Amino acid sequence: MTGILRFLQGCVRLVTRGSRWYYAWLALLAIMIATGIAGYSSQFRHGLIATNMRDQVSWAFYIGNFTFLVGVAAAAVLLVVPAYVYQWKPIKEVVVLGEMLAISALIMCLLYILVDTGSPQNLWHIFPLVGRPNFPSSMLVWDAIVLNGYLLINATVVIHILYKLFHGQDYNKKIVVPLVLLSIPWAVGIHTVTAFLYNGMAARPYWNASILAPRFLASAFCSGPAILLVLFQVLRKTTRFNIPDEAIWKIAELMAYTMFFNLFLLGAEIFKEFYSNTEHVVFTRYLFFGLHGHRAVAPFAWFAVAASFAAFLLFVIPRTRRNAVTLNLGCFLIFAGVFIEKGMGLVIPGMTPDTLGEIYEYTPTMVEWMVAAGVFGIGFLVYTLLVKIAVPILEGRFTAGMERPLDAAPGGQVAH
Amino acid sequence: MSATGNRSLPVLQQAAPEARAEDPSRRQFLQAAAAAGAAAALGACDVEGALRRHFKELSKDEVARLLAKIERDHARRFGKKDWKATALGPRPGVEFGYGLDLSRCIGCRRCVYACVKENNQSRDPQIHWIRVLEMDKVRGVDVIESDIYYQADAVPRPGKFYMPVQCHQCRNPPCVKVCPVQATWTEPDGITVVDYDWCIGCRCCMAACPYGARHFNWTEPHIEAAEVNPDLHILGNRVRPKGVVEKCTFCIQRTRAGRYPACVEICPVGARKFGNLLDPSSEIRYVMENKRVFVFKEELNTRPRFYYFYAT
Repeated sequence: MTGILRFLQGCVRLVTRGSRWYYAWLALLAIMIATGIAGYSSQFRHGLIATNMRDQVSWAFYIGNFTFLVGVAAAAVLLVVPAYVYQWKPIKEVVVLGEMLAISALIMCLLYILVDTGSPQNLWHIFPLVGRPNFPSSMLVWDAIVLNGYLLINATVVIHILYKLFHGQDYNKKIVVPLVLLSIPWAVGIHTVTAFLYNGMAARPYWNASILAPRFLASAFCSGPAILLVLFQVLRKTTRFNIPDEAIWKIAELMAYTMFFNLFLLGAEIFKEFYSNTEHVVFTRYLFFGLHGHRAVAPFAWFAVAASFAAFLLFVIPRTRRNAVTLNLGCFLIFAGVFIEKGMGLVIPGMTPDTLGEIYEYTPTMVEWMVAAGVFGIGFLVYTLLVKIAVPILEGRFTAGMERPLDAAPGGQVAH
Repeated sequence: MSATGNRSLPVLQQAAPEARAEDPSRRQFLQAAAAAGAAAALGACDVEGALRRHFKELSKDEVARLLAKIERDHARRFGKKDWKATALGPRPGVEFGYGLDLSRCIGCRRCVYACVKENNQSRDPQIHWIRVLEMDKVRGVDVIESDIYYQADAVPRPGKFYMPVQCHQCRNPPCVKVCPVQATWTEPDGITVVDYDWCIGCRCCMAACPYGARHFNWTEPHIEAAEVNPDLHILGNRVRPKGVVEKCTFCIQRTRAGRYPACVEICPVGARKFGNLLDPSSEIRYVMENKRVFVFKEELNTRPRFYYFYAT
């Protein structure tokens, strides 16, 4: 009991002390979260009419962000695989940082489901025993199970490793190794189930293509590592983590292949739609060209394809993936491209035109942007705090035995 | 459906005279409905609401209390009226079916508005359970090129025909399959209903429905007090809360009491037919046996109880 208490006290001490930049970053996140709370309270009072979703387009920005973040959560952990295969030295650090990214992304996923729900006071109806989950028929129930299970697995691993290291002990391999190994297929599972949520709807031909789940995985393998690559570079500069260039280049190379695969699947889909030219082509046509003068999504769709293709080129050419500037540009392009493709580019054309052919052109309202800012703010805050706790512990700079260890460390050395 | 199947509730006043004009199966309804007694005026229960259990888990008494509460809530919100909330259950040997004669429909939208009035849909923002698609005669049934915002004052317009779409009460309903909390299900008489107090508002069913039949209360529904229909069904036309899904119930409050749905009654050209699929002498069975029916989006295997046909 006292061990837990000391660990918690240590965590509090770690997150409450930091450089001016750290506090500035926290203040920015606080503003984002406050914006989100303001937006959500307005939405809660008036109902989802505060969004631009309507019967025709009944899922939109929130669910799009949810889908994108499931991909981030899945891919963050899949990075563990190359870390094992290539036997990187900081394998423990990679695992912990990846799983913490998964935790933050999952929290955002669950928040996006929450804010998208019309009657959040009824959400307990999905829980077993007290509620009536429609299992195994409803894909949303499956999604709730796999997402929460994944959150539990990742939280267990991260907390266990940090707790043990804090107390100067080795983590229990019998707990950690099986859980980490389990989290890898589970990561594939969360993204597959999320794809099936859309995939299973025969009423929406744009989603009802069996290529959907493979496309989800391919794009997630690009977007998740893109975030971690940037993060590794930051941590390498600000901490004692030794992440070699070769590791980063290797990830970038792997991302080039998965991005190629992602673009290939997109091309296969586009060929099928336009060459067969059935009535189902309207959704893809709306995505890239607009319909009857409604073209709000088209510029974003082209940007997403262009960004993905450019990132593929940057990462497949050895010189550009080894250059820090083009490497990070590539990461940004992948992130932006997949964010559009797996967010609005997936949800909106699925529902435009609607099942009776009506075109309702959706764009998010200010309230939706505010709520989204709040959710991202919470997610970033969670990740920031987790990194702030984890890094000194992983470095061995902060353990139960140390008195006021942060003061001894050179100022501003802690991430953010 | 034991909670409602044998519930005893008062007969709706309008049921008797209209039953005469209807097919024989309606008489059976009427008899069964007449056998029902009053139970709605029981004491109130304040614990209901947020912690209420699923409709199918409620006891007879709990349903009765809930009905009384619904009446009180409506009276408080819309003023004094002859509020009558029922939970009239399905009758054995009844499975409802619907026929729509595309050769007769003129696209006047009277069904749309009769439905809104009968079923207490929100007037602001507007919710319509029936959408009438104006289609081009050259293209045939082509929803992508259809239009629902046509001017209904000069119908039928040259070169156009009309196809009203509402809930098809599928035998294989995708909406029920995807609901994460079993808030929607198909009753034994073929009506797919929603427990408005159980729905979480995730809108999976709206994404799953190929007929655009499910509608969401994006905000608190607004209806003028004078326009609210006081004959309420707990799974049907009671005024819905904000943030839940609603849909056509074949006018469950009418049809289970032996009456026609409002859209059938209002149709000025007799394009709408309704009856018991299990009764060989019903109107809908006559249509199926003597006309050639088809279902909409048959490739999706939803197996609707809503048939289209061309009578002439």
